[in-house]
Amino acid sequence: MSVKKFIVTSFDDEEILFPAIRQVRKSGYKIHDVYTPFPIHGLDKAMGLRDTSLHTAGFVYAIMGTATALAFMTWIFTTDWPMNIGGKPHFALPAWIPITFELTVLFSAVGMVLTFCYLCQLAPFVKKDHFRLRSTDDLFVMAIECTTKTNEEQAIAFLAQLGGKDITVEMKETEWWLGRYDKDDRHTLIKTEPEIIH
Amino acid sequence: MSLLRYESQVRPPLVEGHKDYHQITEDICRPVEAAPSLLWWIGFGISVILLLFGVFSVYMEVTYGVGQWNLNKTIGWGWDITNFVWWVGIGHAGTLISAILLLFRQGWRTGVNRAAEAMTIFAVMCAGQFPIWHMGRVWMAFFVMPYPNTRGPLWVNFNSPLLWDVFAISTYFTVSLLFWYSGLLPDLATLRDRARKKWRKHMYGVLSFGWTGSTKHWQRHESLSLVLAGLATPLVLSVHTIVSFDFATSVVPGWHTTIFPPYFVAGAIFSGFAMVQTLLLVTRKVLNLQEYITIEHIEVMNKVIILTGSIVGIAYLTELFMAWYSAVQYEEFAFFENRANILSPYGWAYYIMMSCNVVFPQIFWFRKMRRNLYVTFFLSILVNIGMWFERFVIIVTSVYRDYLPSAWSTYYTPTIWEVGFFLGTFGLFFTCYFLFSKFFPVIAIAEIKHILKKNGESYKENMDEIEKVSVEEFADHHVDKHH
Repeated sequence: MSVKKFIVTSFDDEEILFPAIRQVRKSGYKIHDVYTPFPIHGLDKAMGLRDTSLHTAGFVYAIMGTATALAFMTWIFTTDWPMNIGGKPHFALPAWIPITFELTVLFSAVGMVLTFCYLCQLAPFVKKDHFRLRSTDDLFVMAIECTTKTNEEQAIAFLAQLGGKDITVEMKETEWWLGRYDKDDRHTLIKTEPEIIH
Repeated sequence: MSLLRYESQVRPPLVEGHKDYHQITEDICRPVEAAPSLLWWIGFGISVILLLFGVFSVYMEVTYGVGQWNLNKTIGWGWDITNFVWWVGIGHAGTLISAILLLFRQGWRTGVNRAAEAMTIFAVMCAGQFPIWHMGRVWMAFFVMPYPNTRGPLWVNFNSPLLWDVFAISTYFTVSLLFWYSGLLPDLATLRDRARKKWRKHMYGVLSFGWTGSTKHWQRHESLSLVLAGLATPLVLSVHTIVSFDFATSVVPGWHTTIFPPYFVAGAIFSGFAMVQTLLLVTRKVLNLQEYITIEHIEVMNKVIILTGSIVGIAYLTELFMAWYSAVQYEEFAFFENRANILSPYGWAYYIMMSCNVVFPQIFWFRKMRRNLYVTFFLSILVNIGMWFERFVIIVTSVYRDYLPSAWSTYYTPTIWEVGFFLGTFGLFFTCYFLFSKFFPVIAIAEIKHILKKNGESYKENMDEIEKVSVEEFADHHVDKHH
């Protein structure tokens, strides 16, 4: 759990957001995150995020599914309980293609979704700060992390000049916590751990 | 907007009305946030009554045995498996829209994918009921799973198409559910952040898993959607292929044809799109979403219907040809006597199938008809009836008069509990759909916003300006913009 200080601003349109991100990064500010109501192509590149390897994980899970299905069926039908079905071979690879395929897909899909939830720390009853409620509606919200070197007034003026609106300085929790969205449990968190605030 | 994402002005807008991002949120969230209308309560009430009747029908069947259905030694599969195949087929359109059209980068899918995916999940739930309750001793249903047991262990038969079905249907259900729900997360977060009432905040807070809309999360979400679509595409083809194997791997004339897999998949998409039309024509009207599910969407789906309907038609004719060309008397008997002969006991069913699936949809060659909502609605019902009869014809007419005339069945008619079970699955399907349309956004909000600047009406109108610019200049400008 760590509470940090952020300068938060919102943009009305992604056309304003992109040049703003470029300028903010060029000026050396640390962008904590940008919250958008929908996926914007190229935003991750603009923010300098590296590509996700989630799809590679999906491939690994798929291979695991294939291997599990083939190994399991082979063991059962050749070793554990060989069954004579109309004199057909025990190792009946062509007949196992459907189940092998289904398990490949199943492992990959389930594994990827669980990995996705783990990486993004998403789960029921998990609560996070995301600065502006309208960032899931129509605003593109940028949060800049304040370090010891950050001059707040200067940063605010800079963001305003880039087209940022509704600029505020906020103390926010950066990690998730178990909470309810109908109860405001953030203040207690900040109150109990004031020593972290710089 | 990269160069590849540029859309011609000739294409009509997919989001009508001069919307901005906030207006989209408002329009799609309104039905979820408002109190349900009288129409909703009436529809929901009828669905629940049907569902209860279905539950009672199943209770009768479980208590007194499968003998409560009119199945017999000759006709071992009747309404139950017909309904199973029919419901599974219905589900396929949802996956086609959400997965295959995503891979093909079809912008129009965004208006209809959420509801179609929900329909997929509910249809597969309904389908699953039939094989399960058909087992008779349903408390033994877990025997189909390969688990170490005290009977040997005696494993399931991995070479059997019926077991392939178990894996195919359960995988299909799981993957569809994951795909649908991961797509819902951002929209549930939108509902959460708009909620005023405490219970709504809490409920959508729990359901949205703490989604924030962070850029990194969106990046992973995009990757997840793309790969899930890539997985769901062969999956959906495999599911109905495997369902068709239930028949095609047998040695029953009328069933063991190699044409079944593609023919079943095309038929599944055909009937699924018909069901999507039926549902969406009502949904867009009742929830006032005509600007998102436009006539354009309806027309495109009608084009898919005539395409797949024609594939099905060719398959019917191919079957007849192959029966004749095989020169096998049993094949000929199955196709020309049991089916195509209108005077045979089930000849009427064959011609209902032919007319509903092949003849009537030909009306969609005319643009005016494709864009006529009443014609579309009526046709969508007819196609669903036709596709139900297709499965009935395949299943019942192939077995009721087989090699041995002494085993020829008397005329098979369902009992009230067979009909009740089928009606009950309608109850289940529509109860789920009504609840979905009340508590979840029926249109993918984030995805509509994503295509707004390419396909929104106001942006389309501004294209005159863009079109004046030379290609090189346009490319320079837009490629430079984001990278």
